[in-house]
This record gives sequence, C-alpha cells and structure tokens, in this order.
Amino acid sequence: MQDPIIRINKLVFRRGNKVILDNVSMDIKRGSIVAVMGPSGVGKTTILRLITGQLQPDQGSVEVNGRLVSSMSRRELYDCRKDIGVLLQNGALFTDLTVFENIATPLREHTRLSEDAISERVLAKLASVGLTGTGDLMPHSLSGGMARRVALARAVIMNPEIVLFDEPMTGLDPIAMSTVGRLIRETNDQLGLTSVIVTHNVEQMKKLVDYCFILASAKLIAEGSPQTLMHKSDPAVDQFMHGRVEGPIAFNYQDPSAGPPATAS
Amino acid sequence: MLLKPIAETGHCGLFLLRMLASIRFERQQLLSILQQTYLVGARSLVIIMICGFFVGMVLSLQAINALQQFGASDQVSMLVGKSLFRELGPVLTALLFAGRAGTSIAAEIGLMKATSQIDAMQLMAIDPIQRIALPRFLAGVLSLPLLTAMFNALAILGAVVFSIGVMGLDPGIFWSKLQTGIYFGKDFMGGVWKSIVFGGLVSLVAVYFGYYAKPTGEGVGTATTRTVVLSSVLVLIFDFIMTSFLI
Repeated sequence: MQDPIIRINKLVFRRGNKVILDNVSMDIKRGSIVAVMGPSGVGKTTILRLITGQLQPDQGSVEVNGRLVSSMSRRELYDCRKDIGVLLQNGALFTDLTVFENIATPLREHTRLSEDAISERVLAKLASVGLTGTGDLMPHSLSGGMARRVALARAVIMNPEIVLFDEPMTGLDPIAMSTVGRLIRETNDQLGLTSVIVTHNVEQMKKLVDYCFILASAKLIAEGSPQTLMHKSDPAVDQFMHGRVEGPIAFNYQDPSAGPPATAS
Repeated sequence: MLLKPIAETGHCGLFLLRMLASIRFERQQLLSILQQTYLVGARSLVIIMICGFFVGMVLSLQAINALQQFGASDQVSMLVGKSLFRELGPVLTALLFAGRAGTSIAAEIGLMKATSQIDAMQLMAIDPIQRIALPRFLAGVLSLPLLTAMFNALAILGAVVFSIGVMGLDPGIFWSKLQTGIYFGKDFMGGVWKSIVFGGLVSLVAVYFGYYAKPTGEGVGTATTRTVVLSSVLVLIFDFIMTSFLI
C-alpha cells in the first residue's frame, strides 16, 4: 500500500488545561480529497495548524511526506510549506495588492521566473477559477465567492502536493458553494493534489470528498467514506451527520475543570 | 511588576535582531523600502511642514519678545536656529511622526494580523518580519531625518516671515547671525543623529506593537494607542540621554 502523504499519529494537543485533541490518528492518502469534520470548536482548524507546523503537538507526531513536522527548523518548515497550499477561512488576500499581485506573490518570492512567465501562469490560474479579467481588481471589490476563488488560485499557483482548505464554503451562497466545490475537485484531479478540507458542511462534503474523519469531544470518533458514515449506527456519528439536536455531542460549552461532558439530551 | 516590561524589552530586542538579520539587499526589498518611505515619509510631509512653519513663527515671536528686554533682538535667528536644530526639530518631528505614521504602521500590521494576512504569508513560506516589518522599520529610520530637515527649513521660513516680514528685523543681520551662530557638527549633525535614533525608536515600537497585536478590533486599537504613548515617552527619554552626550 502507498505511504500516506500526511500521517498524524496519537496526537495530543492542549490549550492550558483543556485538551483540544486527544490521541487522534489519521492517515491521509496521496491524491485523495479528505474532509476533517466535526462540530464548531472541536479542533479541526487546530489540525491544519499542526500539519503546517504553526502549532506543536504536546504528544504524538505529524508527518508530511515522511518528515516529522515538529522536528523541523524554521528554514526546513518554510521549505516544507512550499509544497503545501493553504486556503484560509476568509481567503486572507493581501488587501494592498491587486488580484494579479496576490496570486503572483508566491511566484515572485520563491521562483526566478521572468515577468512574462509569471504573467502567463497567473492569467492561466485566473482563467481556471473562472475569473479572467479580474487581475486589476482590488480584494475589497470582490464578492465572497470570488475572493475564495482568488485565494484558491493563489494556493495552487506553486503546484503544491497538498492543499489545505479551512472552511472553504462558509458564508457562500449555494451557487458559489457548488462552484468552489467543483473547482476543488477539478484542481485536485487535474494537478494530482491531495486536498484536506476542514468543514462542518455535511451536505457539500457528501458530494465532494473521498474520505471523512469526524472529530467530537476532542477524539476521532469515526472515519470512512461519506456514504458509509451516513449509515453508521454510532449515536455521535449519526447525530452529526444528520444534524440532530439530541445526542451525545454536547451543544453547551464544557468547562474543562467541570469533569466529563454532559450529553445534550 | 518590573518583570513584564523587562521581558517585553528583551522580546522587542530579539524582534529587532530578527528584522536586521533579514536584510537582503535584493531589488524587491529595496523597492518595498522605497514604497514604504513614500507611504510613511512623503505622506507625512504636509503636516510636518505646516507644524514646522508655525513653530518657527511662534519661536521667533517668543524670542523677540524676550530678547527685546535686553536690547538683543538681532540675536533671534541664532536662538531660533539653535533651538530648532538641536532640540525642537528632531523632537517635535518625531512626536508628529509617531502620531501620523507610527499609528498607521501599527494599525496596518495589526489589521493584517486580524484578517489572517500574516498567517497566509507564513503559510506561503514568506517571512512576514522580512516582508512586512523590516521595510516599514527602515522606512521610518530613513524618513525621520528627511522630515526633520523639512521641519527645520519651514521653521526657519516661519521665523523669517515673522522676524523680517512682521517685526521688520534687518535680513542681513538675521542671516549672518544664523550663519555664524550655528555649528555644523555640534548643532546640525547633533540633530541628525537624534532624528535617526528617534526614527528607529518610533518605527520599531510601531511595527512591534502592530505585529504582536491581538487579532481583534480592540487589539488593533490598543496597539495604536500604545505606539503613540510609548514612542513619545521614549523619544523624550532618549532626547535627554543623547543631549547629555552630544552637548
């Protein structure tokens, strides 16, 4: 079997006294689109930050391409990040640069391409996300969906091996949501990427991803294809996948000093 | 109680070292420094020039008023010149710069943090200290001596307008006293050294507080306020220290 491109092994991460992730293990296969799902505040974005080395695990390990992220120096980490594209929740476009310059930034920083070659690649990426002719616009004049697509173009401009998406559908209308979803699938398949999507949007993920991990109460409670998970009898998985109010996943904030979580029912 | 300010001073010192270590003399970095020099320097020109002109006017008004009592009103240009080049020029320009450019640097970087732009940069394997903090810091160091020169020039003009134009002082006496009474090394260069140090202080405080601002609206507000307060206090403290060595 092919080695996973990302391997998270018995990961424990705490913030103060609160355990955010407890003994979480995930193997993410090369070339797949994977969703990390779970209720808000469960630690999904924390997983992305651990993969990119922005956070360090308290226990366990994160390996990207067989290399231990936590043992990398700053320079090694930056080299590793050149192979990882990230689309942050709000797009995080540079507000003082045009759309063109936003997408060109990684190329200008990490390559010695000529202006013509940069222009060619940026315009091709803009066309691939359906935004031909928007190069001179400033980020503040873009809609949420357009900004997300520009951010996607910027995330894949260096042809990375892995792209991490943090809530790519949040705040988008249904059409923009489907467009972004289609673009993620097309980009992943055409460029041979591995995509990791952090989300709580079950409906979109059912259509888009190959494999899901579900987190709840700091633990990995289930994994499998979206179809398998939809029919899983585990009460927590069933509650999350079908959006039920009652079930073992608590709705109220859990005080870490107050002992084990109470159920919502 | 003292531990936190000491720790923060150390942290700020390390931040400065990281900035200086990221100087590369690349075309892109030089362009970025030039662009920031325009944004923080050239855009502060108008306020600096207006303030300089009126400071020169009021200085000569006060000086003539005081010197007339001793029959020495022809010494006004020397008194105005010495006060300006040695003290008022660098200090007032630095205080105005802290309010105009320092706040804008801190707010801009703080807002970039609040909107995850700094995060995005780190994730693209771009060092934000090199790309964001350093050009703004160096732009401040470059801009303040130039702004101080403009402030001084406009202040002298203000003094000319009031002393010669309004009070009818002889222009020949005004200029000759200014020329013979001001020493290049002691008066003029002393002010230049001060303005370089003040430029470094104000822009370091601004980029540091902006970079470590909490990523919220309140955090950005606090960073800008702290920038003005701390950089103004530091300018006055360092002015005393430098004056005691330069005098």
